Amino acid sequence: MTEEIIIAGFGGQGVLSMGKILAYSGIMQDQEVSWMPSYGPEMRGGTANVTVIISDERISSPILSTFDTAIILNQQSMDKFEDAVKPGGVLIYDPNGITRHPEREDIEVYQIAAAEEASNMGMNKVFNMVVLGGYLKVKPLVKMDNVIKGLKKSLPERYHHLLPVNEKAIKRGLEIVQEYKKN
Amino acid sequence: MEKELRLMKGNEAIAEAAIRAGVDAYYGYPITPQSEVMEYLTEQKPEDRSGMIVLQAESEVASINMIYGAAGAGKRAMTSSSSPGISLMQEGLSYIAGAELPCVLLNVVRGGPGLGTIQPSQADYFQSTKGGGHGDYHLITLAPSSVQEMYDFLKISFELAEKYRNPAMILSDGAIGQMMEKVELDDPVSRRTEEEIINDFPWASTGKKNRERNIITSLELDPAKQEQINLNIQKKYREIEEKEVRFEKVQCDDADYLLVAYGTSARLCQETVKLARDKGIKLGLLRPITLYPFPSKEIATMVNDRVKGVVAVEMSSGQMIEDVKLAVNGKVPAEHYGRFGGMIPSPEKILEFLENQIMGG
Amino acid sequence: MEETKQDIKKPENLVYKKTDLMTDKTLSYCPGCGHGVIHRMAMEVIEEMGLEEETIGIAPVGCSVLAYEFMNVDMQQAAHGRAPALATGIKRVFPEKTVFTYQGDGDLAAIGTAETIHACNRGENITIIFVNNGIYGMTGGQMAPTTLEGMKSSTTPYGRDTKKMGHPLKMTELVATLPGTCYVTRQAVHKAAAVRKTKKAIKKAIEYQKAEKGTSFIEVVSNCSSGWKMTPVQANKWMEENMFPFYPLGDIKKPEK
Repeated sequence: MTEEIIIAGFGGQGVLSMGKILAYSGIMQDQEVSWMPSYGPEMRGGTANVTVIISDERISSPILSTFDTAIILNQQSMDKFEDAVKPGGVLIYDPNGITRHPEREDIEVYQIAAAEEASNMGMNKVFNMVVLGGYLKVKPLVKMDNVIKGLKKSLPERYHHLLPVNEKAIKRGLEIVQEYKKN
Repeated sequence: MEKELRLMKGNEAIAEAAIRAGVDAYYGYPITPQSEVMEYLTEQKPEDRSGMIVLQAESEVASINMIYGAAGAGKRAMTSSSSPGISLMQEGLSYIAGAELPCVLLNVVRGGPGLGTIQPSQADYFQSTKGGGHGDYHLITLAPSSVQEMYDFLKISFELAEKYRNPAMILSDGAIGQMMEKVELDDPVSRRTEEEIINDFPWASTGKKNRERNIITSLELDPAKQEQINLNIQKKYREIEEKEVRFEKVQCDDADYLLVAYGTSARLCQETVKLARDKGIKLGLLRPITLYPFPSKEIATMVNDRVKGVVAVEMSSGQMIEDVKLAVNGKVPAEHYGRFGGMIPSPEKILEFLENQIMGG
Repeated sequence: MEETKQDIKKPENLVYKKTDLMTDKTLSYCPGCGHGVIHRMAMEVIEEMGLEEETIGIAPVGCSVLAYEFMNVDMQQAAHGRAPALATGIKRVFPEKTVFTYQGDGDLAAIGTAETIHACNRGENITIIFVNNGIYGMTGGQMAPTTLEGMKSSTTPYGRDTKKMGHPLKMTELVATLPGTCYVTRQAVHKAAAVRKTKKAIKKAIEYQKAEKGTSFIEVVSNCSSGWKMTPVQANKWMEENMFPFYPLGDIKKPEK
């Protein structure tokens, strides 16, 4: 099994940490992982993206141009990465702020209203965990208890009191993700 | 006991390795894309963990010369930087090589020339393997291609540097510095005591206790003596070339064609090998782990045996290709393929190049 | 019977002995040059304080590049201007050692300005001995940052024009403003009394280093008869008349008690 994922959105949305938790979850179940961020001036307020690979085998290239799954969190990333999903692959996106919805017919598309949900929970910061929950529902490649372990490993200890709320957000994501059908 | 596993950036892994490998001092200056090394170190409070000193210098010029001082005193000293900063260190490196002192540098290479770009590149191959500063010297150069190797090569580099009393360079790039992978950590070893330093490095300037004074210098004005110093250094390099070559072969046993690539390029080329094999092309990859000493003999043997064409894949306009061509010695076609300025070659394009330029030609 | 040399060379007749921390190698400096005396003062202080087994000195690039040939302690030879960086590198990993740099004006005040200022600003517990003769001696008498206004050198053959070539740099006053320095002084070695004062200053500086007070910095205003194109006697006279008014001798900064 090899899963190649791109997570893309604005800096500050927790794109990189979502990828880190996912990668750590892979380690927790004895898989090979890589986490390759876009870095540089983009980090400061612009777009941010990270490529995560989880595999049963040694990972060759950590840098990819096509993906099994794209998790897309703003319009710029939609424009950039919709075409990079492999045929038959998965695209998950938050419709918040999206002006042009995905158009491809040869991939599975899912929507998750994570920004709205996080706002309803009164915790905008757990936005990325809601998205992660949505991904785990669509692609249950890593077990939930390994995700929780990965979360614990990724968060510095001073934030460990926030583990329950993050876990709750992931679970909400599992519930609210839904397939998107074009009319 | 089970080893500790962590998800780490390449830059963090090498910093953690430094604390665990008994490094005495890190002297550095921030530059993208490697600032995480010093950030990680300062965050870890290495003074408490191992007694390691971390100091932010006023420039790369100062940091390499701080290393010159500490290395001359027999301490394990290292720095890290990225291309423009490494350029500034060349003077100090030349002195360190001339004075025959061990130390380790990490270059997280970015695109150049000049201020260039902060994206990954391999355009500092010449600078690392051919000397870089003035005079006849080489840096022992290791090229990690994974975060685990960023961790592992720190200790190996110090061992080689100390064995041969020569600076060692870990030539990485922005991709390996910035990406995270699984790292298996080993147990920390303690730093050398003063007694151990005096015992292991009797040449070090530790204060002249029960011996004549020690002088650390690269100066010898008498040309006959200076030539002898150079001959001694060159003798050391021949020994390094004989004993310390490291490489990895991927699907080379039946290979008709060969890619030669290191670091990030080697990761991309692993993918190219898969793509080629799917198409029935018997392609192999030779990944030099030491760039100096370069695995010339291995390449020569392979082209003598069965390999019919070679592509050197580099994120530069073609530097390692010169060493590859020397090794191939005109026996079979050998060409360079690369992207540069921070661009990364795609595995598909590498295969396309092989098919068109080597197999088709 | 006439007294022979052998008869005179008896321990009870000994009034002065060269310190063992100066080697027997003949000094390579020009006649009248201050370097030899300054070397000796530094080594006498190290010997008298019993620090020879723990001292590491840093030689610069310049006339005193070969200081390690004469100073009989562990020495490292630095790249031009980088001595304070080497000293920092050593002192940080060997804080119990005694570390000093020995630098000229080109080394310390031109190419090594950044290393000097930042080592002083960090308050490295090192001692910097700075020999200022207002000229580049080794390379043949070119303008130094400390060359006086109107002073002739091989690159200012009509005299230093400050409009074109900038002003002579008072590094000692400059580093005295930095909180990291504990003791900053300017001395000379042109007369026996001045030599004694310089030795005292070096001793104080090393004592402050051992007490971890911060950077101690001693400028020694010296001459360069070759570079100045004068006899040694003329050079000393010229130094007193021209260098001392611009670079006045005395302590500039002392540690608070």
